[in-house]
Amino acid sequence: MIIFKMILKNAFRHKARTGLTVLAMGIAVLAFGLLRTVITTWFSSIEATSANRLVVRNAISLIFPLPLSYYEKIRHVEGVRLVSYGNWFGGVYINEKNFFANFAVEPRSYLQLYPEFVIPEDQKEDFLRDRRGFLAGRKLVERFGWRIGDVVTLKGTIYPGNWDFVLRAIYRGRTQNIDETQFIFNWQYLNETLKDTMPSMADQVGFFVIGITNPNKAADITDEIDAMFKNSPAETLTETEKAFVMGFISMGDAIIKVIQVVSFVIIVIILAVVANTMAMTTRERIGEYAVLKTLGYSWVSITILIMGETLVITLMGAILGIVLTYPAALGFKQALSTFFPVFNVAPATILLDLCIALVVGVAASLIPARKASSIRIAEGLRRIG
Amino acid sequence: MVIPLSYSFRSLWTRRLTTFLTAMGMALVVFVFADVLMLAAGLQKTLVQTGSYDNVVCLRKGSTSEVDSAIEKDKAAVIETLPGIATDDKGEQLLAKEVVILITLPKQQGGSSNVTVRGIGRKSLDLRHQARLVQGRMPNFGVPEMVVGSSLVKRFEGLAVGSTLSGNLKNWRVVGIMEAGNTAFSSEIWADADQVMQAFRRPVYSVVIFKLTDADLFDRVRGLIENDPRLTLQAKPEIKFYLEQSEMMAKFLKILGITLTVIFSLGAILGAMITMYAAVANRTREIGTLRALGFQRRAILMSFLIESILLGFIGGLIGLFFAAFMQLVTISTVNFQTFSELAFKFTLTPAIIIESMSFALAMGLAGGILPAFRASRMNIVDAIRAG
Repeated sequence: MIIFKMILKNAFRHKARTGLTVLAMGIAVLAFGLLRTVITTWFSSIEATSANRLVVRNAISLIFPLPLSYYEKIRHVEGVRLVSYGNWFGGVYINEKNFFANFAVEPRSYLQLYPEFVIPEDQKEDFLRDRRGFLAGRKLVERFGWRIGDVVTLKGTIYPGNWDFVLRAIYRGRTQNIDETQFIFNWQYLNETLKDTMPSMADQVGFFVIGITNPNKAADITDEIDAMFKNSPAETLTETEKAFVMGFISMGDAIIKVIQVVSFVIIVIILAVVANTMAMTTRERIGEYAVLKTLGYSWVSITILIMGETLVITLMGAILGIVLTYPAALGFKQALSTFFPVFNVAPATILLDLCIALVVGVAASLIPARKASSIRIAEGLRRIG
Repeated sequence: MVIPLSYSFRSLWTRRLTTFLTAMGMALVVFVFADVLMLAAGLQKTLVQTGSYDNVVCLRKGSTSEVDSAIEKDKAAVIETLPGIATDDKGEQLLAKEVVILITLPKQQGGSSNVTVRGIGRKSLDLRHQARLVQGRMPNFGVPEMVVGSSLVKRFEGLAVGSTLSGNLKNWRVVGIMEAGNTAFSSEIWADADQVMQAFRRPVYSVVIFKLTDADLFDRVRGLIENDPRLTLQAKPEIKFYLEQSEMMAKFLKILGITLTVIFSLGAILGAMITMYAAVANRTREIGTLRALGFQRRAILMSFLIESILLGFIGGLIGLFFAAFMQLVTISTVNFQTFSELAFKFTLTPAIIIESMSFALAMGLAGGILPAFRASRMNIVDAIRAG
């Protein structure tokens, strides 16, 4: 027991030094936590996908549409429960900096396919009834201070002109990882307008979303749909929703890799700082260790003494960092809301923070502990003075 | 009287391990700092070099990228009649009507990504002085042939000269590889515009690009284009157009980079502070002796500050040394604004070297200032007596 008392006493002997090291450790853990959160956020949209949904798009690439006439054909494939469709609209609100996802969908079937969008029943009815109505996520509405009934104008990039919409409904996500910044409106509004202005672009959809009854049949259904349109002017590519989302996510691969590397660099930085503190501390106390050895302390006890002190410092730092992570994540979220609609600190990140504290604590004390425990008593005592 | 510089040097040398660990911490921060700046500079360079200052890009009004723009053939014909368009020595207009689409191609490391296919006109190559052929030949007009950008060849499947593609580009042959330096064109496939329009059933052009006889004419030409009610088009200088394409990504890199370096540098400053406090504490008697020898408080302060700035200097040098190697790395990612692949390099510029070194010295200074004050305020008698 006395050894624990000594560990604590030692840890707080140099209050300033310990304080600074704890602070440095806390900052490192904070940075690591933020970076991890960026990475987990990046992948979080995968968790929001459902195994019961498939996405059909043009095989050439996303920018090519499919004819609406495929709708009936897909609907009659066995195992298909429900089909919805839509287009990426790509509208700009006031200017490009206000980026958010906006698309036109067939609303009734779409909302049935996405029960994770929670909408008050009366608003939902209003939205379905008004052809120019739109549905927006809670966070998007808060960001621009919109109210139900407000008219919002988007400037089309793919479909030229100014488009007026009326906010009819606001959705919340059923779980935390649902993106609450989307802007969804009625596909009929888009299509009817296009019929007048640009008939060549009418009756074309960007994607079909399919609800299937049995996720185990996904592969068969996928093959059947793609085979059906093989050698047609618009060949299809059908994937599970997860694979579809994965395709988007892997686009940012390189950047995610850089962030991963950097998050490990931070651990090396903090290791250098803590190892330095411990090296200095043990060098100053080398005489004391000699005295302890004279009193009969084994090299194991001395190692425990030094390692324990390091762990006290790193763990305190980790706790400080973890506490700071939450407000920092909130600030980060506000600054980068266009890039990260969802930004939540995962429990696994906190666990990882604590693991780092342990690893850094042990690794940083290895060399100093070896030095201190292998010192010859006479030599150690002579160093005093 | 000033304490000689060698005193600071030797003090650092005596505590080699500590000096090394502290400098390493700073070096890593400088490394990250420099890398972020290099990445942003590389992105910027790639997109700025892609544009030429006297080229004009015409897009549909409201469109933000080439892919979502559309220009009907009759509108393109109107642009050809505008004044101020440069001609080559044969008297032909330096103007190209191009169609730009995205196709999905399989990557060599697995997965797939979007690649830009540019249907070019006869003058497209003359308008892009950066692009040149490195292997094979340019595609002939009227046949399904294409030339592939050099950064695509390494990353995507089956793009070597002589190979043919599948899908909508069935029976299309790769006949050459072009190199366009650090520009977006190195990540594109070029083929005859009419062939591309036919293969993908696209009846309209995406952009019209032309060279001006004089860059000063731009405002006049833009007026003619944007005020013509038949056209509903917009005109932009090519340089500005490509810069806008990278705005979002540049902002992302900047915010991420600044947040990281601020947090990292706090850690490294604390590291330097710990080291310098310990240096002062260990040398209490030495400081007392120096004072007794007649060195002023200010001299002591300077000496310790120099020591910690030196630490920062060493850290900066090591960090920059390793950052320089990052220039060999090419980052390839999808630009979310255009949705197509873009490759760019870490680029070390003199400005970044200066910024990184100043940053390193500032970290050293910030870490050393409090310990140096403590050293300079020591009482001579107490200091000498200290054990």
